[in-house]
Parts: sequence; C-alpha cells; structure tokens
Amino acid sequence: MGKFWSFFFALVPILGIGLFVFAINDWAPIRGHWFPELISKSHVIDNLFNFIMYLTGAVFIGTSIVLAWIMVKYDGGSNKEPVIYSHGSHTLEVIWSIIPAVVLLFIAIYQMDAWANARMYRPTLSDGTEMPPHARVTGRQFEWKIQYPGKDGKLDTPDDLHLINDLHVPMDEDIVIRIESMDVLHSFFLPNLRVKQDVVPGMQQHIWFHAVKDGTYDIVCAELCGWGHYKMKGRLTVEPSREEFDKWLEKAYAEQETAQYSLDEE
Amino acid sequence: MSTTTIDSNSQSDGSSFSVGDFISKYIFSKDHKVIGIQFLFSTLLWFIVGGLLALGIRWQLAWPWTDMPVIGNMLFSAEGGQISPEFYTMLFTMHATVMIFLVIIPILAGAFGNFLIPLMIGADDMAFPTLNMLSYWFMWPAFICFSATFFCEGHGAQSGWTSYPPLSVANGDAQTFWLLGVTLVGVSSMLGSVNYMTTIIQMRAPGMTMFRLPMTIWAMFITALLQAFALPVLTAAGVMQLTDRMLGTGFFIPEGWIVNNAAMASGGGQPLLWQHLFWFYSHPAVYIMILPAMGMVSDIMPCFARKPLFGYKPMVYSICGIAGLGFVVWGHHMFVSGMHPTLGMTFMVATMMIALPSAVKTFNWLGTLHGAKIQYTTPMLFSISFVAMFVIGGLSGIFMAATPVDIFIHDTYFIVAHFHYVLFAGTAMAVFGAIYFWFPKMFGRMMNETLGKIHFALTFLFLNGTFFTMHILGAVGFPRRLADPYHYETFRHLLPMNQFMSVCAICMVSVQVIFAFNFIYSLFWGPKAGRNPWKANGLEWQAPSPPGHGNFDFQPIVYRGPYEYSSPYSEEDYYPQTTPPQDGVDESGDGHH
Repeated sequence: MGKFWSFFFALVPILGIGLFVFAINDWAPIRGHWFPELISKSHVIDNLFNFIMYLTGAVFIGTSIVLAWIMVKYDGGSNKEPVIYSHGSHTLEVIWSIIPAVVLLFIAIYQMDAWANARMYRPTLSDGTEMPPHARVTGRQFEWKIQYPGKDGKLDTPDDLHLINDLHVPMDEDIVIRIESMDVLHSFFLPNLRVKQDVVPGMQQHIWFHAVKDGTYDIVCAELCGWGHYKMKGRLTVEPSREEFDKWLEKAYAEQETAQYSLDEE
Repeated sequence: MSTTTIDSNSQSDGSSFSVGDFISKYIFSKDHKVIGIQFLFSTLLWFIVGGLLALGIRWQLAWPWTDMPVIGNMLFSAEGGQISPEFYTMLFTMHATVMIFLVIIPILAGAFGNFLIPLMIGADDMAFPTLNMLSYWFMWPAFICFSATFFCEGHGAQSGWTSYPPLSVANGDAQTFWLLGVTLVGVSSMLGSVNYMTTIIQMRAPGMTMFRLPMTIWAMFITALLQAFALPVLTAAGVMQLTDRMLGTGFFIPEGWIVNNAAMASGGGQPLLWQHLFWFYSHPAVYIMILPAMGMVSDIMPCFARKPLFGYKPMVYSICGIAGLGFVVWGHHMFVSGMHPTLGMTFMVATMMIALPSAVKTFNWLGTLHGAKIQYTTPMLFSISFVAMFVIGGLSGIFMAATPVDIFIHDTYFIVAHFHYVLFAGTAMAVFGAIYFWFPKMFGRMMNETLGKIHFALTFLFLNGTFFTMHILGAVGFPRRLADPYHYETFRHLLPMNQFMSVCAICMVSVQVIFAFNFIYSLFWGPKAGRNPWKANGLEWQAPSPPGHGNFDFQPIVYRGPYEYSSPYSEEDYYPQTTPPQDGVDESGDGHH
C-alpha cells in the first residue's frame, strides 16, 4: 500500500504546483487568476512575493519528494530492512535549525526597506517638506467620500470639490492620499497599486503611490464594515497627465457649482 | 518528584469508587474520561453546525443571489429563498466562532486533554475532579448564548469572529450574546487549564519524569500555560466591549464618533486597543489550536512507524519556543490596521522566527518516518497528512509575515487558505486521526479500517480542492467577507473557480457521513478492542478498554519513555513504559547518537 499512498499524497504537490504554473503563466482555462495588472512604479511587493514563492516552493517540493520517497521505501509491507533504532541526531538538529534560521532572518532583514518605503517615508516636495495630500478619502457606510483641495491646495476651504466613490489622480507623479473614517473601520484597498490601509475612526493616516498607467481601476473596501460591505466600491481613474487631471478637476468643479445652484433655485 | 497520587477528594483512592446512579455517572460525572467524552460528543455536534454554516458561505460565493434549493425557502422566505447580505455576514461570523470556540479549542483541550492526561501520566483522575466537571458545564451557558444569537435580529452576530469595534459596538443584540458566550467559553477553558497544569505537575506515576512524558502531554501542558496567561486578556476585553455597548463606557469608541447619522455620547477611546487585546489572546489561541494536534500526531506516528520519535527533546523545546514566541507576534494580524509601522517591523521579525520551531518539528516528523516500517492504518494516514498539510500552511505563513507582501494579501483569500490549511487540513485531520487511534480506549471497540481509509482519502482530496485553490484567488487580491465579490471588475472572472471550490466543499462535508456512520456503528457493534490493539507503549494502553472509574487496575510504574519501538532490549517491536527492564540490563545508552 506504500506506493499507492505515496502517490496519493504526491497528488497535492503535483496538482498544486501545476495550478500555480497555469496561474502564473496565465494559461487557459484559468486566465487572470494571478496578480491583477500592476500600475505602480514600484514592483517591490510583487518581486518580494515571487522571491518568497520560489523559496517556499523549493522547500515544499523538497519535503514532498522526501515524504513520497520515505512512504515507498519504508512501507512496512515491503521493507525487509530492520527498523533504524534511533532517537535523533544532534548534528541534524543543528543543521536544520541553523539553515532555516539564517534564511528566515535574511527574509526579515531583506524586506525592511520595502516596508519603510511603503509605510514610513512619505514622499516630499522639492524643498524637503512632506507632500500635502492630493485628496482626502473618508470611508462611511457604504461609500467613499472624496474631497479634493481645489485651486488653493488646502482642504476644508470653499473651493473644495466633493465627490462620491470617484478618485482621480494624475499619472507619473507621487500621490499622497489622506484617509479617514466617519463611522466604523474600513480598509482602502487599491489592488492594482498594491496599496491597502485600514481606515480607523479618530485617526488621520496617509498612503502614497505612483501610478504609471492611465485607466480606471477598482477601489475595494477590505475590512468588514457592516451588511453593505460588499458594495462599498469606488473607482480610481488615473489621468494620463497633470494637464488632463487639471482639466477634469475644473470641469468637475464647474459641475458641482451648477448642481448646487440648481439645487438652491428649487 | 511525584511518587504518590494526591487524594484530591474522598473518592480518589483507587478501589473505593462507587458506581453511582446514572446522573452522577453519565451527566454530572467527575470522571475525567466521561467529561472528555461529553466534550467530544458536544464538539462533534457543533462541528456539524459549523460545517453547514461554511456551506452557506460557499453557496453564496458560487451561486450569488440565487435560491438555495429546498432549505432556501425555509430559511429566508422574506428574501425569496436567497441569502441576504446580513445573513452572509452572520454566516462567516458564526462559522468561525463555532469552529474556533465550540469545536477546535474544546475538542483538543476539553475532549482529548481530559481523556488522555490522567491516563497517559498514570493518574487515577484529574487533580480537581469537581472543577473538571464545572469546566464542561460552563460550556452549556456558552452554547445557549451562541445559539441565542441565531434568534436575535439579523439571525446572528455580524461583526466577524474578530468583532472589531466600532462596528461590533454599533451592531444589534446578537453581539451581546456573542460576547457573553465568548466569556463563558473562556471560563471553561480557564478551569480546564488550571486543572491540567496541576495534574501534569503533581500527579504523574512513579518514574514518569518530565522527559518521559508523551508529546501529547507536553503539548497539553504548554497549551494550558498559554490559556492561563492569555485568556484573562480576552475576558477583560470582552467585558470592556460589553460595557461599551451596555453602559456607554467608550473604551473603543473615538471622540466625535458618528454612526447611523447620530453622534454617540461616549468617546475618547481607541478602536485599535481592542485589536491589540483581542490578538494578544487570539494569537496564542492559534497555538492552542495546533500544539495539542502536533502532540497527538507525535504519539500516533512512532506507533505506526514502529520506530522511536526522532528528536524528542528538540520536539519539546520547539513546542516551548512556539509558545514563548507566540506571545510576541500578535501584531502580525495588524500590519495594515493603522498600528505604527515601526512596531510592524518588530512583530515581523518575531513572526519570521516562529517559523523556525515549526520547521524543526516538521523535519523531526520526517526523521521519525525515515528508516521505519510504516503501517498505513487510518490514524497513521491522518497523521502523515497532518505533516504534509502543515508544511503548506506553515510555508504560506511566511508570505503574510513579510510585511510588504501582507499589504497586498491581507484580508484576501490567501490568508483564508493559510489558516484553513493549519486549522482544517492540520488540526481537524489530526483530530480525526486521534479519534480513530484512541476510539478503542474510549469505548472498548475498534472503528472500521476500510471505512476509515475511504473517509480519509475523500476528505483529503476534497479539502485540497477547496483550500489549495484559495491561494491563487488570494494572489488576485480576492477579498474575504464580501457577500458579492463579483461586484468588482477585478474579481468578476473568478466565479467558475469559486464554483469548483464550492462543489469540493459540498463533497467534503458530505463524505463526513461515512465518518459519522463508522463512529456510531463502531460504538455499538465494532469488534472488541482489548487493552492494547495497536501494540503501543503509552500508559493508557496498559489500562482496560474502556478504563473504569479510577483508570488503572494496578499501580503503573514507569521505566522508560513512550517511544521505545523496535528497541533492542525488548523481544517484541514495542516496549511498554511499564514493563520492568530485565535484570542487569542498562538501557541508558538507548541509541542516541
């Protein structure tokens, strides 16, 4: 029975790795079952994921082969050799403690820069001061309120533009977004930019990214925020240039003003 | 240290146990074995509830907003047989709650901890039998509270099993019952934990030194320590959330908080505080949910390998290492929570290092199988599958430990895959193995091997079909806890894969009927087991099957560790811990090189 069970257990690594190979190479019938299109200047999260995947994949394949081999060779039904009466090996314990320790410590140190860049070093202006937020995104059940500072560059002034679920940013620029919550926890998730940050009522936080491709993308809420959590969907529009963005902003602002006037007339 | 057992109550003096009437024997029993079996039956019943809740989740993810056949109209007549978003939120909240608090923790510590600890250390019962009985009966108010949540508005608690405020504070009455239920489960665990620690330290049979304890007992001991130190924090946090809800204290409510368009009076609190307190318990709880399974696998495996456990002391030290580090890694659940990023780095390093003792354990299990004569029995298959699946669950943990990667995969199906590989493919499979292994001792009859192997093979296939595919969904960023993920363009094309997973999940739950049949049939009509059907070394196998109240019909004296299989000092391929050594033979140089 050893051969049968060995093969049976080996099905998981064989089919599992096969699934990953199909997904990574975007082969039919599972097209699009891998990372969504990356539109960020930084590739570091994808690269780090791949690095860990190949490393753990090698360990997975290694242990699977060893297990499959052991299950055939040491099958009690066919193995005529006497049992190796051993309680362990000090040398082996040292080897298989030190090697993983070194590898794990290496991963831990290797990724620190990426984390610091993503969460600690906020982009600065040319004079070295912190970049002001491009917009303020406020989560509330179940929508994203988006506030642009307008021409004066300051939030909470009369020329602000207020929109719902519609975030526009220019391409090829560092963008800082201020994120807040009005009610419960939400999480501001931009899959294509590999950005995710919980928004916490009572806290002001900033996230930043640098998009290099125009188009419209999903804004996902990734933290349970109530029954309507699933429909808390926003759209991120990356404008091809700063000029296009300014043009859009002007138009949207004009629309807001006329909408307000017409509301007043009623 | 312990050469005699403690007389903890007037009855615990071996021969003088009275049979008692039905109620004191089977209902309010102080016999650790009966209490263990009570825990086993209760948790297996809740396992069915938890499994059905999971199928509800899978139904919605595969066939969103469609009528559920047959039961749909009974459950949701108001929605025309469909699952509503509120109901979906309840499903994943209560699936996790039931599985964690009412199945995995009590089946490991409550059922197997209770049943095995006194038997494996050669004691006649627990140190505090009355406390032990209470630990089971405190589960019942918890069962009632959790059941009551289903009858509150919205059919159950809807804050996720993590119950993050402020949402949980704003949610309906079900949340109050949920918090009471969690607190009561905690009381039960705490009573058990005190008992286990005392029993293991004080009541070991003569000759049973700490380093002759079976791994199951080491794991239960460390688990009890974890519970004793971590649980008070959860209990306190639960009461704080309760007073936030009922009294308006505002521990977790920030200033100027607005919900449902109404400003709340209280404030000045911090929602992140709950997350710290919750995970300070619930991360060690992850180890409470895996260490006993590791211990039981470490006992089953040498028996069917007919070979000593490889690296007994490294196995013990790695359990201690996992438990110790387990207290300083809770922040890895909070990398994107808004916690200070510098703190994230500290937790990341600690989390990376906790992978090390897990790796050491895996290598030692493989070392145990190397050079063995493996008997492919049902318990052995489940144990080997525990190791194979734990490798997957352990390795996928490294992705999440890497903070930058976690930014992307946090709260996606990647994490769902990870913890189902650890908790279902790992712990639940080990528990199945342990049931097949110790069933003869519990009930004196054998379970059917053929049915057992069919149950194993089908469960193994379908669980991988359900959970392995979750990894690649996670890579797409597919978020958990969404009633309709296909609302987003990014995830719309993932529906067929989800349908495949749901079919596997339905099959996985269905084949448990084989197990249920085998269990119930064997309970009454299985062949008689005898004392030691597996030819194992542990003390429990020297007692009658099933052991009477008071356990042993002789005073066990321990001469060696529990893993002396194929020993050159024994004529057979096993060497029970109680067999005295032959005159003049020195067994101390026992093959350690």
